[in-house]
Amino acid sequence: MKYLDEYRDPVLARRLLAELRATATRPWALMEVCGGQTHTLVRQGIDELLPAGMRMIHGPGCPVCVTPLELLDKALRIAERPDVIFTSFGDMLRVPGSRTDLLALKARGADVRVVYSPIDAVRLAQREPDRQVVFFAVGFETTAPANAMAVLRAADLGLTNFSILVSHVLVPPAITAILDAPDCEVQGFLAAGHVCAVMGWTEYEPIAARYRVPIVVTGFEPLDLLEGILLAVRQLEAGHATVENQYARAVRRSGNTEAQDAIRRVFRVTDRAWRGIGTIPTSGLGLADEYAEFDAERRFDVLDIRAAEHPDCIAGRILTGSAVPTDCAAYGAACTPRTPLGAPMVSTEGTCAAFFSAGRTR
Amino acid sequence: MTADPAQLSCPAPRVETERILLGHGSGGQLSAALVREVIVPALGESAPSGPLEDAAVFEVGGVDLVMSTDSFVVSPLFFPGGDIGKLAVHGTINDVAVMGGEPLALSLAFVIEEGFPLDDLRRVAASVGTAARAAGVSVVTGDSKVVGRGAADGLFVTTTGVGRRLATARFSAAAPVAGDVVLLSGPIGAHGVTVLSAREGLGFEGDVASDTRPLHRLVKVMVDAGGPAVHAVRDPTRGGLASALNEIAAAADVGVVVDEQAVPVPAPVAAACEMLGLDPFHVANEGCLVAFVAPAAADAVLAAMRSVPEGSAAVRIGEAVVDHPGRVTARTLVGAQRIVDMLIGEQLPRIC
Repeated sequence: MKYLDEYRDPVLARRLLAELRATATRPWALMEVCGGQTHTLVRQGIDELLPAGMRMIHGPGCPVCVTPLELLDKALRIAERPDVIFTSFGDMLRVPGSRTDLLALKARGADVRVVYSPIDAVRLAQREPDRQVVFFAVGFETTAPANAMAVLRAADLGLTNFSILVSHVLVPPAITAILDAPDCEVQGFLAAGHVCAVMGWTEYEPIAARYRVPIVVTGFEPLDLLEGILLAVRQLEAGHATVENQYARAVRRSGNTEAQDAIRRVFRVTDRAWRGIGTIPTSGLGLADEYAEFDAERRFDVLDIRAAEHPDCIAGRILTGSAVPTDCAAYGAACTPRTPLGAPMVSTEGTCAAFFSAGRTR
Repeated sequence: MTADPAQLSCPAPRVETERILLGHGSGGQLSAALVREVIVPALGESAPSGPLEDAAVFEVGGVDLVMSTDSFVVSPLFFPGGDIGKLAVHGTINDVAVMGGEPLALSLAFVIEEGFPLDDLRRVAASVGTAARAAGVSVVTGDSKVVGRGAADGLFVTTTGVGRRLATARFSAAAPVAGDVVLLSGPIGAHGVTVLSAREGLGFEGDVASDTRPLHRLVKVMVDAGGPAVHAVRDPTRGGLASALNEIAAAADVGVVVDEQAVPVPAPVAAACEMLGLDPFHVANEGCLVAFVAPAAADAVLAAMRSVPEGSAAVRIGEAVVDHPGRVTARTLVGAQRIVDMLIGEQLPRIC
């Protein structure tokens, strides 16, 4: 298939691995930021074929994983209302809240539906004027433009029965928070290609310069990742620390300015809690005051819900890269994809689930 | 629904244990748990013994009969490449066929929702007739029931099939041994992607059509070529190729290694799976089968498969091994290995 097969060529993959082995003289530690990249690395077994001692630290880039527990509890509280149709991307439905998950709530009669685009939720609100349609707006800069468009569309249509439960998060503040941690072991980053397709990479340039870390904008196919790793290692070996673009077929330096405009119109930057990490200043998006009427948290009065994590779950350490799933006592025992204790075991992009489905054992 | 979540009694987080989830119908781990933990224990001594197969084999008057039953709840009822009627004929014929049965007769039962368009029922019934005639199988008995509006989603169809076991067919999920060659009759994923795309209006349905078709003639040529060397056959329907391979690995207590690159995935299926985050190994099929064959007979069986249209794209995808009994692994393109696990809950709800 065009644009896929050429990035999955086994001969080229082995050649890149050989080049990487010839280049790396030290046990470098890189972090891939995005959950999609983690999935490819683990699924293809790339991380096991790296030069001796070198390792990939799996970053906080799975939107399902970093959505805070209390937001899930808010979603559950809203979804169980009889007047609500609660819509979401599929993999949020299995994430456990404090007491249940959206799929189980659905089996008990709540109207919970999977949609493939937030615009579908707007259409649903048009078709069902007597019901309140809520869309669970999670994700990084990648999903924010479409969610912004949905709000703009609902505003154009004058819909009073559409709202979004927002938990958007931003990558650069998370990278900064990881680098500021005293025990940070990350020496270079693979930035998330699709986030950069929207935002460009200018935001990363001051980070690379200030912290002296190479940052390589990287795609999601096996050859993308191998090439991104190689570029980062070459920089480390040469003592460089700049932003490089491996994903040139999708990303330009300025990003997608129209998408950025939509985000700026509808959202404003805000402090945001990350599951397992805590609150990071200016690390998320909330609805701008002008569009506050579309804020489901206000509409359904769930602003004051608080929640506490399962005590055995070390999701926070997993998400910051200070532990791997196999370090966790619950991994594969009390915590499996069928009975997840924490979010990284739920989504296929979650580090724990990626490890589990690849058969990694403690 | 007004229950306060604080009053739900189960400690959490936990898996739902009190209600049926859509995932219980996915053909993955939840479905297997439902049969193993709820249904089989309730049947007691009347439950089947041995591994759970796609169909039962039993002797009547010196003749080995094969019997299977299946309910079809697909939405939408009509989709590129087929409809619920055609699917109901092929699905049951194939469950009989993959236990070595030559299908003879089908029963046909409809549960119809009040208000269902009579024209649609005519179309489905005609499709059943066409598919049964083409497969050379008679529909010998049937039933219809009507339920109130809202009590069913348009139309549900149940078919039961009876067949006569081919003389030298001795298939069982428990029969494969290390060294067996794993053969796949053709590309995977078309049915599941077609139905999902048609249901959700995702736009892939113009590029891909369900692969639904009867497989009994393919099984016949395989048995003619390999006889008892054909150890196990499955049609990877719900839960996809991953479920079929895992079920056999578990029942036979062998490891299975497949070469990921050798498994044919049509380009539109691969594109849809990429976009939707699905694994083609988990997507449902209705027109292909996977077989475990003793190595000495593998080439002959593969050649026989390729001699009929439904097996023309048959390939060798892997082998059974002594290592990691009960688990399936795939060789990835970079030469590493990964576990191919069963789907857990829901991937594509109601695809067959």
